[in-house]
Amino acid sequence: MADLEAFRQETREWLEANCPEEMRKPMQSEADAVWGGKKFKFSEPQKLWLDRMAEKGWTVPEWPTEYGGGGLSKAEAKILREEMQRIKARVPLQSFGIWMLGPALLKYGTHEQKLEHLPPIARGEIRWAQGYSEPNAGSDLAALMTKCEDKGDHYIVNGQKIWTSYADKADWIFVLVRTDFQASKHNGISFILVDMDQPGVTTKPIKLISGASPFCETFFDDARAEKHNLVGELNRGWDVAKYLLTHEREMIGGMGSGGMRPMGDIAVQQVGLNETGQLADPFLRADVARAEIDGMAFMFTMERVADEAKAGQGTGANSSVLKYYGTEFNKRRLELLMDSSGSDGLEWGGEDDVARGWLRSKGNSIEGGTSEVQLNIIAKRILQLPSA
Amino acid sequence: MAMVLNEEAGMLKDAAKGFLTGSAPVSQLRKLRDEKNEDGFDRKTWSAMAEMGWTSVLVPEDFGGVEMGYVAAGVIAEEMGRTLTASPYLSTAIMGATAFSRFGTDAQKSEWLPRIAAGDAITAIAVDESGKHAPSKVATTAERSGNGFKLNGRKTFVAEGHVADMLIVSARTAGSETEAEGITLFLVPRDAAGVSVERSDMVDSRNSARVTLDNVEVTADAVLGEVDGGLKTLEGVLDAGRAGLSAEMSGSAQQCLETTASYLKERKQFGAIIGTFQALQHRAAHLYSEVELGKSVVLKALQTLDAAPDHAAILVCAAKAKMGQVAQLATQEALQMHGGIGMTDEYDVGFFMKRVRVAEALYGDANFQADKFARMRNY
Repeated sequence: MADLEAFRQETREWLEANCPEEMRKPMQSEADAVWGGKKFKFSEPQKLWLDRMAEKGWTVPEWPTEYGGGGLSKAEAKILREEMQRIKARVPLQSFGIWMLGPALLKYGTHEQKLEHLPPIARGEIRWAQGYSEPNAGSDLAALMTKCEDKGDHYIVNGQKIWTSYADKADWIFVLVRTDFQASKHNGISFILVDMDQPGVTTKPIKLISGASPFCETFFDDARAEKHNLVGELNRGWDVAKYLLTHEREMIGGMGSGGMRPMGDIAVQQVGLNETGQLADPFLRADVARAEIDGMAFMFTMERVADEAKAGQGTGANSSVLKYYGTEFNKRRLELLMDSSGSDGLEWGGEDDVARGWLRSKGNSIEGGTSEVQLNIIAKRILQLPSA
Repeated sequence: MAMVLNEEAGMLKDAAKGFLTGSAPVSQLRKLRDEKNEDGFDRKTWSAMAEMGWTSVLVPEDFGGVEMGYVAAGVIAEEMGRTLTASPYLSTAIMGATAFSRFGTDAQKSEWLPRIAAGDAITAIAVDESGKHAPSKVATTAERSGNGFKLNGRKTFVAEGHVADMLIVSARTAGSETEAEGITLFLVPRDAAGVSVERSDMVDSRNSARVTLDNVEVTADAVLGEVDGGLKTLEGVLDAGRAGLSAEMSGSAQQCLETTASYLKERKQFGAIIGTFQALQHRAAHLYSEVELGKSVVLKALQTLDAAPDHAAILVCAAKAKMGQVAQLATQEALQMHGGIGMTDEYDVGFFMKRVRVAEALYGDANFQADKFARMRNY
């Protein structure tokens, strides 16, 4: 414990000395988030903060130091998070590389693959996209048909991916491809890393009902992939995909919980209080109170699931509960913000519009496995109900 | 604090489960109901609970208790919710012990806590005066009389009222009927002159009573907490009870979910196990998710009662609001997915539905809690 206290003290001093003032101000919008990559336009303080944190390995505090991480224990990483929150320091870097590919490579990658790909993720040099869904393989992801052929010293990839988040801004993409068309559908899939900087890979943004284009279509026309960039065993990519999906689900489920302004406060600002000090719209008041209670219960569930995992008591399928409930809850939250905002919320203005957030939230219960797919997983893996 | 049970609480859980499923399962409640048992609980079971230390779980060691705290108290309540065991555990071991240990004078502690710990005394909280829980709505009066007070009024929905040795009664010493100030708590022996207690026949077959106070004389020593400032004390006692009820409902909800999942794996219709039908799988999976959320907020409330009781109120509120709704969903879904057999008295599902309805209403239903939550959040 004394060691942890010393670590806290050192961390506090280092953060005070190294976190630029600008990086201690709340983000104004999603546009302030640092995703990194070759195409990313950093502000000066953003770059300074990222470089300093990456130097310590603290963009990925728990990854091993040899792969660009900080090598911190869970307890130390928690202290780092707390100390960052204390001075309201922004997260220096967020990316699919950190959330998704990194954990998968740490579990399934070879030492060489980790050495090649993890440090550039940690330093924010390479931005990754996820190539999973296809036009005819959505909820039924294992029906994917993107073809990957063995050409001796390399692979050739042909096919189309859809809903690839920020693919137009990414440098590399991890792709689920079919390497065996004879095997049963789960047994012919491989997980491969593809450099997007080649003529065989093109992207096209998809405009959503929110007006934004966070997703793309990504096309592979005789795209080349190197042999050493196959992760895990040939035809066993589904294992990697499933593992990675649990991380994605926790990430999407967690959206809409941390750091948000409470619904009740927004409702009071928009609707006002009556003479007895209650929200002037009694039905909205009841809905908001129930939703805030559910929001608390959800937050505590994330905490409990994490603590149980640490204590070795958890079940991996709980990520489906978090994904299901978190996304359904986020939709409900945005509906209530729309209810609170009235016509103010219906204006089509800047990127931070309630309306855009509201429309965007509708995708939460579709992406990363629909709510219905999560319920299937809970029924089968946790409740152990039989398959038809 | 990590949101997992520590080793001690885990062992207590196993012990409680073993005892209750073996010695006090749902069939015991059924038997108490069918033979119209006058006590409404099994005294042998209650003695065994005391011997195992369950009645002293919130009693400090100085007064003969084991003081394991609210998480431990909740673990026992949760297991009781799985077996629907009838006993004065909530009114006495949780609420009575909280009342004396947190708010009692030294004399009151010395007199009552050892008896509670030993299982020799039963306490009951007499707060409500009409159908809907409203702790600040008090028409019962306590007028100063000599060195003490004279109480007049009527109380209802008093859990364990007819078997209690001591009633903890809220009465008005000042102010108008709905004012928060001016309420005082009194210790009134059930056999005091002017006290009449009439047992109510409740849907859950558990104990509840109407209490009438007709010129009941008590001394100044009978005041629990402050004169005129009793609502704060009462809320502290009620919050312990609400947390206990939430834990109990959590157990009932989990039991309903598990029983239903088992039934879905056995029952055949249309030539198939009905658990293969996606319509039922999704109902069960949704219920599972809701139960997980309920469990989390209940555990957080209990942990906070142990670690920082002054900050627990809003969490207890959230816990009872959430778990009350989740447990009702669980009993309703359990009945629906069992089909016709769930409607029969022979099957246990109905017992859970009835008890959860009462537990949900006791000391404030989900609407009451949500309203209070909103007020605490300033909207």
